[in-house]
Amino acid sequence: MSVGLVVVSHSRKLAEGVCELAAQMAADVSIAAAGGTDDDGIGTSLEKIMAGIAATDSGEGTVLLTDLGSAVMTAESALEFLDPEQQPRVRMADAPLVEGTVAAAVAAQTGRNVAEVTAAAESAGASYAPDGDAAGPVSGGTADSAPSADGPEPAAGDTASGAWTLVNPMGLHARPAAAVAQLLADLDAEIIINGVDGKSVMMLMTLGLRPGETLSATATGPDAARAVELLGEQVRNGFGEI
Amino acid sequence: MELNAAWADQWMRLSAAALSENRQRLTTLDREIGDADHGENMDRGFGAVVEKLDADGVPETPGAVFKTTAMTLMSKVGGAAGPLYGTAFLRASTAAGAAPALGPAELVAVLTAARDGIVARGKAEPGDKTMIDAWTPAVDAAVTAEAAGAAPLEILTAAANAAEAGLAGTEPLVARKGRASYLGERSAGHLDPGAASTALILQAAVSAAEEAA
Repeated sequence: MSVGLVVVSHSRKLAEGVCELAAQMAADVSIAAAGGTDDDGIGTSLEKIMAGIAATDSGEGTVLLTDLGSAVMTAESALEFLDPEQQPRVRMADAPLVEGTVAAAVAAQTGRNVAEVTAAAESAGASYAPDGDAAGPVSGGTADSAPSADGPEPAAGDTASGAWTLVNPMGLHARPAAAVAQLLADLDAEIIINGVDGKSVMMLMTLGLRPGETLSATATGPDAARAVELLGEQVRNGFGEI
Repeated sequence: MELNAAWADQWMRLSAAALSENRQRLTTLDREIGDADHGENMDRGFGAVVEKLDADGVPETPGAVFKTTAMTLMSKVGGAAGPLYGTAFLRASTAAGAAPALGPAELVAVLTAARDGIVARGKAEPGDKTMIDAWTPAVDAAVTAEAAGAAPLEILTAAANAAEAGLAGTEPLVARKGRASYLGERSAGHLDPGAASTALILQAAVSAAEEAA
């Protein structure tokens, strides 16, 4: 079983919609909607959140994603109500609701633990920030690590690269972005796709690659060749959509 | 007079009555600097607490009454007041423990825990124009009264009076937390609705204790 998710929103419809979206990318993850008050008015309900936690925590833990103000407070209150035994494995992610839930769902689908799923949700928040800073395209480590741009290539192991034209009619939309991120998640390689982290579903979605456009990948690390090979296969097959 | 479960039960009932009576007033205050739902939310929340107490029967300890109240408010209020008052009563419940009645020291511990819970949940400080501006003087007054050897009813009365004064003191403040903070300087010149509901609830605790006396 994977880590579960509870989507906490002021609106029942919003929570259900976010669950629907995330479920499309993470079919095996237990995701509960906890939106609206008990009588489905606008607001949040402790009972709904508690029920959501109970329904999604299989023992691996659950991550709560929230929308505005009092949803955060009600979710925090729910954590306080839990049994001390359960408390350590139920977390709340400080992340935007839609992006965070999608990223968390993909991370849970790939078997990540509760801390990793929380971190995935929280890092999703940076995706839509302006260029530069931590949110900017990942540049193969040269921006962050010690060697200067003029220095030798980091001796991180093998590198491999490839470029393919997108052939499926919808391009790199949400489902294939999630599929790519999942495919690459477990490989021991850094992979940059059109300038962004190929393991981040949110970053891939922000590329907005359309049919006919080119997807270019460069991988570094022990599994680099394998990563490029698998990715190329997916792209050429139209992500199973053709 | 004992601050036992019957008192706690009556406190919640009188709070519900006071909030129902003042529903329009709270909503008007909230319309001026917020989203005009505080009266309705508090009335609905405490109405649900009374229904729950009616359905389940009065629990045996004040702590159990507070826990029922906490759970119900967090599920029924909807807005920010739900988790804030819910946390207050949850922490009060923990502080009261299994004691069948609250003596002066336990009463001060309960009020302090309630206030600390609201601070922890809402991250507001005194002067931010929130319910904390009623709770903090109330707790300070309770501590002072208890230290002077006051009986529970006198401690509650001191707390409720201080909350009322704290409410009045929110009028000139500029809000720094919650929806009202969006208004900036324009939030000055209005009473804070959360501080107003706090003053009503603490006054209800006094009335319940007077009835029991």
